Amino acid sequence: MTQWSGYLGLILQGALVTIELTLMGSVLALIMAFLAGMGRVSRFFALRWLATVYIEFFRGTSIFVQLFFAYFVLPLIGLELTPLQAGVLALGLNVGAYAAEVVRGAIQSVGREQYEACIALNLGRWQGMRHVILPQALLIMLPTFGNNAIELLKATSVVSLISLADLTFQAQVVRSQTGNTLVPFTTILIIYFALALIISWGVRSLERRMARGLDGVRV
Amino acid sequence: MDWDWNFVWEIMPTLIQGVKITILATLLGSVLAAIVGLGIALARRSPNKALSRTVGFLAEFIRGTPLLVQLYFIFYVLPDFGILLPPLVAGVIGLGLHYGTYTAEVYRAGIDNVPRGQWEAAKACNLSATQTWTNIIIPQAIPPMIPALANYFIAMFKETPLLSAITVLELMNQAKSVANTYYRYIEPITLVGAFFLVISLFSVVLLRWLEHRYGKIER
Repeated sequence: MTQWSGYLGLILQGALVTIELTLMGSVLALIMAFLAGMGRVSRFFALRWLATVYIEFFRGTSIFVQLFFAYFVLPLIGLELTPLQAGVLALGLNVGAYAAEVVRGAIQSVGREQYEACIALNLGRWQGMRHVILPQALLIMLPTFGNNAIELLKATSVVSLISLADLTFQAQVVRSQTGNTLVPFTTILIIYFALALIISWGVRSLERRMARGLDGVRV
Repeated sequence: MDWDWNFVWEIMPTLIQGVKITILATLLGSVLAAIVGLGIALARRSPNKALSRTVGFLAEFIRGTPLLVQLYFIFYVLPDFGILLPPLVAGVIGLGLHYGTYTAEVYRAGIDNVPRGQWEAAKACNLSATQTWTNIIIPQAIPPMIPALANYFIAMFKETPLLSAITVLELMNQAKSVANTYYRYIEPITLVGAFFLVISLFSVVLLRWLEHRYGKIER
């Protein structure tokens, strides 16, 4: 009879690493999304161009390839990264590129009259963005950000391939030590699904909170 | 470490072999995803509550868990039940099932977007259920789906490097084996990235054309 409790501890340790990666990756992705998304609608050609190159590059190459690039190629040009740093960097930059398009779409979907009202009230470009456009755009972005966060959670499984001890990695360890495949893989599938449910529940309740007081402002 | 063109030419034939498998996996996976998605979409519309709920939950579960873990599941767990699959077949089934849950949503949206009036008109003209589907609904539902489906097939293409984790000798795996043999990572991994980037840039153009050709879609 296998001692499952010890192995369960191992898998829970992996779950902590997965959660840590998801959180840190999400923070980086959020920062990149706003930088690149606002860059895409900037007045300056250079900024627009830079943001477009970033977005197309990271959406165009696979997350897996980016991770391997960060972990195996960057050290050769003198940038040594731990597996965790490489993982957060690749995940954050990759998902950030997808989320940047969400930011751009949401900003552009705010009605023209809102922009005109900003001008009429003599708000500066940044003031208008900060107080009028973004509060409305944020609500449009949120559901898609939730989906992006779930995509990020799923993508974290790839870091097991650069020897970071996340859920998937620990399941492989348990598999090689016990010779049992069904139990570890089923367990981590359920844990991943539970984490995804938590994210979508969290985003939904955040959405309800932020929509408070906005009834009737937007349809 | 410097970029070595001679080395690039030396490894090119190996990488091209990988490219072939990558493309083959994408094509087969796309066909399977298109079929599985249709199956899921139809099952979810079924009047049988038990069937539609079960399929709905399963699709949600597959969409909420990482493709990598699903691939491991198919490749390592199914043999315990006597189903021994070659790596490429396991990979194609994994891709097809995973993306089938996404294409199901495209089918659902496409069918729901056919106006109610069309259904009512079909009934008023005394068409049978089969006639309604084949002559009225499907011809109107398919064109708007095409760009969205293509989008997922491109996304699937970018996930094929994951198949290297279950020992499919696709592009990423060939690159890794080359890198491990000669202990040079910079050229193989960069070439893989460049390959995916080039294909993605072409596919962006193709998508724009599809969107232009088959009308507007939600983005």
